[in-house]
Amino acid sequence: MQLPDAEATFRELAEKVRGAVTRETALVGIHTGGAWLAERLREDLGLSGPLGTLDVSFYRDDFDKIGLHRDVKRTAIPFDVAGRDILLVDDVLYTGRTIRAALNELFDYGRPARVRLAALIDRGGRELPIAAEFIGAEVALAPGQSVELLKDAKGKLSLQLHHD
Amino acid sequence: MKREPEAPMSNNPQLDAEGQLRHLLTIEGLPAPILTQILDTADSFVSVTEREVKKVPLLRGKTVFNLFFEPSTRTRTTFEIAAKRLSADVINLNVSTSSQTKGETLLDTVANLSAMHADMFVVRHAQSGAPHLIARHVAPEIHVINAGDGRHAHPTQALLDMYTIRHYKKDFRALRVAIVGDVLHSRVARSQIHALTTLGVPEVRVIAPGTLLPSQVEHLGVHVYHDMAQGLKDVDVLLMLRLQNERMQGALLPSPQEYFKNYGLTPEKLALARPDAIVMHPGPMNRGVEIDSAVADGHQSVILPQVTFGIAVRMAVMSILAGN
Amino acid sequence: MKIHIKNGRLVDPKHGVDAVRDLYIAAGKIVGNDHAPEGFHANRVINASGLVVCPGFIDLSARLREPGFEYKATLESEMVAAVAGGITSLACPPDTDPPLDEPGLVEMLKHRARNLNQAHVYPIGALTQGLNGQRLTEMAELRDAGCVAFSQAEIPVADHSVLLRALQYAATFGFKVWLRPQDLGLGRDGVAHDGEVATRLGLAAIPACAETIAVSTILLLAREAGCGVHLCRISSAEAVDMIRGAKARGMAITCDVSANHVHLSEMDIGYFDSNAHLMPPLRSLRDRDGLRTGLADGIIDAVCSDHTPVDEDAKQVPFGEAEAGATGLELLLPLTLKWGRESGVALARTLAKITTEPARILGLDAGHLAPGATADVCVFDPEAWWKVEPRALRSQGKNTPFLGMELQGKVRHTLVAGHLVYEA
Repeated sequence: MQLPDAEATFRELAEKVRGAVTRETALVGIHTGGAWLAERLREDLGLSGPLGTLDVSFYRDDFDKIGLHRDVKRTAIPFDVAGRDILLVDDVLYTGRTIRAALNELFDYGRPARVRLAALIDRGGRELPIAAEFIGAEVALAPGQSVELLKDAKGKLSLQLHHD
Repeated sequence: MKREPEAPMSNNPQLDAEGQLRHLLTIEGLPAPILTQILDTADSFVSVTEREVKKVPLLRGKTVFNLFFEPSTRTRTTFEIAAKRLSADVINLNVSTSSQTKGETLLDTVANLSAMHADMFVVRHAQSGAPHLIARHVAPEIHVINAGDGRHAHPTQALLDMYTIRHYKKDFRALRVAIVGDVLHSRVARSQIHALTTLGVPEVRVIAPGTLLPSQVEHLGVHVYHDMAQGLKDVDVLLMLRLQNERMQGALLPSPQEYFKNYGLTPEKLALARPDAIVMHPGPMNRGVEIDSAVADGHQSVILPQVTFGIAVRMAVMSILAGN
Repeated sequence: MKIHIKNGRLVDPKHGVDAVRDLYIAAGKIVGNDHAPEGFHANRVINASGLVVCPGFIDLSARLREPGFEYKATLESEMVAAVAGGITSLACPPDTDPPLDEPGLVEMLKHRARNLNQAHVYPIGALTQGLNGQRLTEMAELRDAGCVAFSQAEIPVADHSVLLRALQYAATFGFKVWLRPQDLGLGRDGVAHDGEVATRLGLAAIPACAETIAVSTILLLAREAGCGVHLCRISSAEAVDMIRGAKARGMAITCDVSANHVHLSEMDIGYFDSNAHLMPPLRSLRDRDGLRTGLADGIIDAVCSDHTPVDEDAKQVPFGEAEAGATGLELLLPLTLKWGRESGVALARTLAKITTEPARILGLDAGHLAPGATADVCVFDPEAWWKVEPRALRSQGKNTPFLGMELQGKVRHTLVAGHLVYEA
């Protein structure tokens, strides 16, 4: 199967997000791909609102099965979440479990006014009632496949397909 | 003579078949990547402890037993806070005051608590090796954390010390570290020495009178000094040890005064170390015996940050074990 | 009962015999080796081809735990274990409860042992009353009751003047005093050798000088008193050197080593294996090598099992709280053979360490196979491997640092005074 070009998909997503966010909107990227995207969005759209990153390892629902993630990143929310308009950014939206974990973590920082979701790729297969406001592209993948967002040294994004 | 594969020396009782941490009993024999993983994970928990809601749901539904056969409010409290911030249920048992005095054996106590569906035991015991004994006898899904056993080990204290050192000094591979005081009776010192050498500290010194050093301590990879002026020269990190009251009289030391004069850390002696040297102490401190108040409360002291980091480090250890 | 043991490799260290020869036994005695006496008709023929036929072993230190510690082991269980290990005579230290400090206790032990009709038991009497290191026991009475020597077991005499008098008194009657050398203060509260392992594991330590200082004291006092002394279970290389010197000066001194210490060192404690909690403690590799050399060149006269059955409850506790000791009766032969093989010592000289030599120390006419000797005989397979595991041990004590290991040398038949008391 053919994956879409990552840079083009990102431009698509950025255009959808533009106009829906204000200077007050905080961007929060989910480690690792989502954090890159949030940073790019903030830069490319010339936003001045705060930027945060989430590592949802401590909130995952599969801890009992697979244990703690080997390489936990630091969650950094350098702003007051209470009453804030937040745009959550992730690379691939699939079961919705990561977003559930991210929402839980976010709420442990305070009660935001609104949370919306932007995802570069929506591959379907949701297991929870979660939807994204902004999608770069929809991609149909077989259950044994997964897609990973990569970033090279110059910051260029690309997508890679994996088979289990 | 053929050795069986299960012979005691042939495998590390802390690691499972995949080399993952199953229990934390001692720092000795743990590979550097595991120590680094614990410190890195602790880093993430520091940000949790700084925010509004200081809890994460990682250990929800799990039960942690604080099994203290030797009283220690301080250490027990930090483990309790760590477990609660991971959303575990915590049961505190001061066994020194209950069943052990009724003649129940250590293993009976543990078997009884295991039957109450414990997921983790945090063990403090006056006998070296007690946590190893417990770890050998618990069901495979139960994890044991050594919270201090006899003179043997206090791995979480050493890990929080390493976290503190890394926080202030960044790179272990360029440091000179001195451990000062009663190494002979100190489980903290033994764990610190193993952690420092494993993480690549090129020069670890111990400074103490001959009566407070175990024999062949240099085999652990340390340089021995009896003189503070020589031992503290160019040191980046000073790890002070607690001197317990019962050691201060009798044949080990003539008096607390003489000890303080020779080995107590005063501003004058601290000035011999590097100007940016940090001073640490596992607590509780004996001011005026091993450390002068001017140093303990001075700008080079990082004794209070140690306590804060201690909670994050224990959260890291508990969550890594519970997930393995 | 007349027994003919045929086609075996007969090893009799005392008489320098190591050859395929038959052994003939009648009325509890050896009646012939090589040639059958006139008119000998065996009731039982044992085919010992491929097996070694040698004197039954003599163990200089076996705790049978009676009286007082029957929950750890009983005379019945341990006497069975002894003959299963090929041991036909054993010396028992006096640290029973109460200690063997009264003739009645000794007579009772001898009587109980005799009724079991297995190995011969030689009690070592207490040197001081209650082993308290203060008042002497009635040694002459104890000798009449059956004691073959006098000892303080594991409890050193603190006061040198008491020890000197005890030695002088024993010398008066020509009694031998057996002492396990350990300084009281230096050995107090320690559970492991003062070395790298105790330092690493944070275990309270006993320095090697706790032993050497006591050896030195005992040698000086023994010379002063003119008393024959046997040093029990030495554990350090330096003690071997001191004894070497004393022997060179012509002192009447003998010593033994535990089979455990011939093979193990502090390293075998591993991760707090309480089965390796022994007394004296397992020392450094250098010490172990010194013991092995001392054994090979004859400075150490004999190997003992240091049999100390400990109940499971007393071992399943943290190392420092665990009771010291290991079961040993059934390991004496394989561990001694292992040392001999590894050290290139001939079989006869190897077996002398558990036959001829301990007989000499005990002053017994035993440990040899000359016609007329009591027929205490062991027939064993020197090649057979067996695994040390609880169910393989007849002793009530299942505690040994060798658990899980495979050892070579298995007893097939044991005869005590011409009676076949064990067969496998």
